[in-house]
Amino acid sequence: MAKQLYYEDVEVGIEIPPLVKRPTTRQLVQWAGASGDYYELHYDKDFAQAQGFPNVLVHGKLKFGLLGQMLTDWIGEGGILRKLSCSYRGTDFPGEDLVCKGRVANKYVKDGEHIVECEIWTENPGGEKTTPGNATVILPSRAQDKKEA
Amino acid sequence: MQQGSIITDEMKEQLGVEGTPTILEVEKGHIRMMAEALGDPNPLWQDEEYAKKTRYGGIIAPPALLCNARAGTGRGVQMKSPFLRALAGGDELEYYLPVRPGDVITSVSKIAEYNEREGRRGKMLFTIIETTYKNQRGEVVATSRSTYISY
Amino acid sequence: MKKQLYYEDVEVGSEVTPLAKIATTQMLVKWAGASGDFNPLHYEDTFAANQGVGSPIVHGALKRAWLGHLMTDWIGEQGLLKRLSCQYRGMDKPRKMASMISPEEGETWWCKGTVTKKYIEDDQHIVECDIWVENGREEKTTPGTATVILPSREAKS
Repeated sequence: MAKQLYYEDVEVGIEIPPLVKRPTTRQLVQWAGASGDYYELHYDKDFAQAQGFPNVLVHGKLKFGLLGQMLTDWIGEGGILRKLSCSYRGTDFPGEDLVCKGRVANKYVKDGEHIVECEIWTENPGGEKTTPGNATVILPSRAQDKKEA
Repeated sequence: MQQGSIITDEMKEQLGVEGTPTILEVEKGHIRMMAEALGDPNPLWQDEEYAKKTRYGGIIAPPALLCNARAGTGRGVQMKSPFLRALAGGDELEYYLPVRPGDVITSVSKIAEYNEREGRRGKMLFTIIETTYKNQRGEVVATSRSTYISY
Repeated sequence: MKKQLYYEDVEVGSEVTPLAKIATTQMLVKWAGASGDFNPLHYEDTFAANQGVGSPIVHGALKRAWLGHLMTDWIGEQGLLKRLSCQYRGMDKPRKMASMISPEEGETWWCKGTVTKKYIEDDQHIVECDIWVENGREEKTTPGTATVILPSREAKS
């Protein structure tokens, strides 16, 4: 089991450990099957080119899912993902690195919950943020653990 | 309505109207396919023995499970658009309860907004869909707000 | 419910009710997901070209599944499919999609079969068939055989 992250471990500005991915056409077809999204833009190159793209595109919702993976890896089993949002601003293509990143934007305690807000995004090989978004997570607190014990 | 708007009266009448519910019976096999498609080896999604020892007491679904076509985002509503080309614009999910194998998730979507904008590719239509996901006990497990772009 | 087929309804030479199929790029992606066969030969143009088949080809196992559909439709709920085999002799190329819900114009495939033998063994009413998938040029790309057990009108009474 990975080491649990606590509220006290994070400060505004710290980075979420990045998750490096390189989606393949195979992964896109796997995602199509798992998600039920059979839009041709994600597997038919001719179709994608007729739409003005050089290749098939990585599904937006797959990028959402990968950002989710980065966050659940980070917060561990003791953390709760409360909110995840992102915008599909830029296109990503199979065979290219897609790096999920994030940083802590705010932290506060409200109604007894230890809340951490983050900016998150995916980055393409050109360093562009193709999928910017936000996430809210609830972390366990060392202070609370002590009180309960 | 201003001249040349692509948002018709018929489209405006759709706003806020709840669509047909979509039912997703959550299965371990489907969760595994999703984890494989993500390349996410987290044992919490797949390893029952492991997951039993966590606070969840068993396998739960990754966040992606409620953010895809099978979960029902945008299903059961007829998005109207004068354009043929379409892209997903973004998704926002709020999670309230974990989703487990055996759960029966009913999702209901509605078209919350239609907006038009001039983009790089000419006139574009932004459609915002809001969805509520409830489990078999009627508890809201998540809500979502998704943007679809056609142009 | 469909009309049940009985042993007495078929003779050697009888036709299995033909079933039309249209392979599409979308169907191949669905099959990949459902079957777990993610060989890029069935969806990636460049890979297929490098493999010398020009463009993605229909999964053999999908054509086999079509033949299964042909037989289960024909024998109905009271029939039993005992054996099904086929060979992947010819390659088939899917139609592209014209839209999310409709394919482009093009080839239609037919699943067909004929009864080759019928006999009773251990009280089972057995029917053997030649079956095949035929492409738009009437070539049998996927020939095979099937054995089914049908209910009998006599056994019933």
